[in-house]
Amino acid sequence: MNEIADKKNIHTISMLVANKPGVLVRVALVFARRAYNIDALVVSPAFNEKFSRMTITAQGDPKTLDQIIKQVNKLIDVIHVSEHSDVDAVHHELALVKVKFTPATKPHIAKLTKKYKATIMDTTKNVLVISQSGTTAELNEFESALKKYHLIEMVRTGKVVMARGHEET
Amino acid sequence: MKNKSKQSKSLTGAEALIKCLETFGVEYVFGLSGGAAIPIFDALVGSKIKLILTRHEQGATHMADGYARATGKPGVVLVTSGPGATNTVTGILTAMMDSVPMIVLTGQTIRSMLGKDAFQEADIAGITMPIVKHSYLVKETNDIPRVIKEAFYITNTGRPGPVLIDLPKDVTSAPFTGDSLDPAMDIPGYKVPARPSTAEIKKFAKLFKGSKKPLLLIGHGAVISHASQAVRALAEKLNAPVTNTLLGKGAFPETHKLSLGMLGMHGTAYANKALVNCDLICSIGSRWDDRINGNNDEFCMGAKKLHIDIDPAEINKIVKPDMSLVGDASEIVAELVKHVEALDTAEWQKELAYYKKEFPLKYKTDKGLTAQQVLHELYEVTKGNAIVTTDVGQHQMWAAQFYLTNDGDKWLSSGGAGTMGYGFPSAIGAQFGKPKELVVAIVGDGGFQMTCSELSTIFVHKLPVKILVIDNKYLGMVRQWQELFFDNRYSGVDLEGNPDFVKLAEAYGIKGFHVDKTENVTKVLTDAMKYPGPALIHAEVIKEDNVFPMVPAGKSAYHMIIEAPTTKLEKPTGST
Repeated sequence: MNEIADKKNIHTISMLVANKPGVLVRVALVFARRAYNIDALVVSPAFNEKFSRMTITAQGDPKTLDQIIKQVNKLIDVIHVSEHSDVDAVHHELALVKVKFTPATKPHIAKLTKKYKATIMDTTKNVLVISQSGTTAELNEFESALKKYHLIEMVRTGKVVMARGHEET
Repeated sequence: MKNKSKQSKSLTGAEALIKCLETFGVEYVFGLSGGAAIPIFDALVGSKIKLILTRHEQGATHMADGYARATGKPGVVLVTSGPGATNTVTGILTAMMDSVPMIVLTGQTIRSMLGKDAFQEADIAGITMPIVKHSYLVKETNDIPRVIKEAFYITNTGRPGPVLIDLPKDVTSAPFTGDSLDPAMDIPGYKVPARPSTAEIKKFAKLFKGSKKPLLLIGHGAVISHASQAVRALAEKLNAPVTNTLLGKGAFPETHKLSLGMLGMHGTAYANKALVNCDLICSIGSRWDDRINGNNDEFCMGAKKLHIDIDPAEINKIVKPDMSLVGDASEIVAELVKHVEALDTAEWQKELAYYKKEFPLKYKTDKGLTAQQVLHELYEVTKGNAIVTTDVGQHQMWAAQFYLTNDGDKWLSSGGAGTMGYGFPSAIGAQFGKPKELVVAIVGDGGFQMTCSELSTIFVHKLPVKILVIDNKYLGMVRQWQELFFDNRYSGVDLEGNPDFVKLAEAYGIKGFHVDKTENVTKVLTDAMKYPGPALIHAEVIKEDNVFPMVPAGKSAYHMIIEAPTTKLEKPTGST
């Protein structure tokens, strides 16, 4: 997983920011100006409600990343920012997957769902909505395993990360 | 403040705002009124702050910029919403690129109309987000004092930069009911770098050891932090030659024997030779910009690179230094001087003296009046003591080459943004800030016409600003590129239809002088500089002349062209 991530130059950046209007725009501008594509973005209020936590997954040249982190750090509304690897942080992501089933395929899908510790959230007519949480790699695997069935759509939250041990995220 | 409740009750948001500006020692507000800003203009009536009414908002921003660069205090701009606000964008960019402290107050439509395409509504905070150090859209009247306090702190600490404050009209009209005009700030994310430890500075000092060909590169950061004394002590202790960027002019005296003058695209040949041949380069407050480093792969090859900057984001941005120190240049260099030892640079200085002799800056006087001669004579006439502002283009480069500077606060030029139209209004701001100094705006015929409506402003205030219009009837720098790199195919550079600049000045009630002959320059400039009031000197110079030396954009200093080439040049790969 790490190797794949490195090859694609995917970076996970976590920041603590002031919980104010416009902060997201300021942060996004730093990425966009340097031609960095934001793949995933999670924003939520932090433990202290004056602040928000932003986790950004983005693709681009690692040489540019150092500059992006420094420029983001310069924003007055950013309290701190850091890049996290799998080694120093716990990564987690959630996906909702919509799959069409037939009586013949349903047991296979159910088996896969169990294997990947996912949960069937809804069955409406012949369509399932399955929820899965795990690492990006686990989500990718489950997705490809489901591809042989009739996968209709998928929504992923994007990664959230938390530094291991006493270190602050 | 004392008697807060009693006093606060009688104030509107706008009045509280003006009181805060007074507290921060604001002398002048440069601006242009409009509907959404009327409450603020109203609050200025009776204030000790002087309002300078400009003729265009761009002029107001450059005036604030000139005031800030000349005095070191933030310049304050006040404009209305919509087009009033968007007209400040160029001035804000100019200040951002050159790290100038500036507060821009913009009127805004009332809160309930935000986002509804109200008359003269513009999302100015959104528009300017990438070009401000910080910005605010104030939504509560009682937040005004805190926002102003934070803005003044942010704009002029660390690496300075513009702060924009957007003020909806109902926010400034409403009564201020806050507890204090001096509340606590709330900017936990703002970090001003502390001074590096002495141990770190000592380690840095050790890296100079053994260098035979050191070079100090002085940038605008040294000017902003007033590091000139420390820089001089360092250069003299090390026996190290010094070169400066366009905006670093004056932080080390250009008349000093160790000075090589400006380096870069149109720098001196000897400064660029030093850049190519040095074995160590130490930047003090420069950001290795593409005007001095067109090709990073060939930049100071083999030389040890040291970097001092207050902005951590400048470290490794362009050049990867062997070591860097983040902090205030003045503090760092003052400490650094204590730990370095004298270097043996006799051979190096001999080599550079040879280049100085072999490739001096020069100009001809036999084919008519040149800009270089006018600027050189201006230097002689003013003895280099004037505060000089420039516009952007050929005249700017010639001014940098021939108007030597010994005081960084006396050289004001738009470097990073390269803003035409900057020169004249910034001179006005500088003159307000330094009323006793001789202030000369050196402008081209192109740039001057972008902001010349401010002639009214100097007339009204009887400001003794001197405007030297270098008129070659072309947008000369672009014409030079087209001549050298585009087979003489001139496109969009002929300024046919220029006005008679003397008459233009006279139409505004301003004294005009004219010169077009080499033999008259000294006299005309002397008379004009002595003239006790605003004056414009129209210098008609030869139309087609080029700035040399020249390092083509995208190339390293190894490819410097010292004199006019006889063969065709390939098109530059660099940006501009």
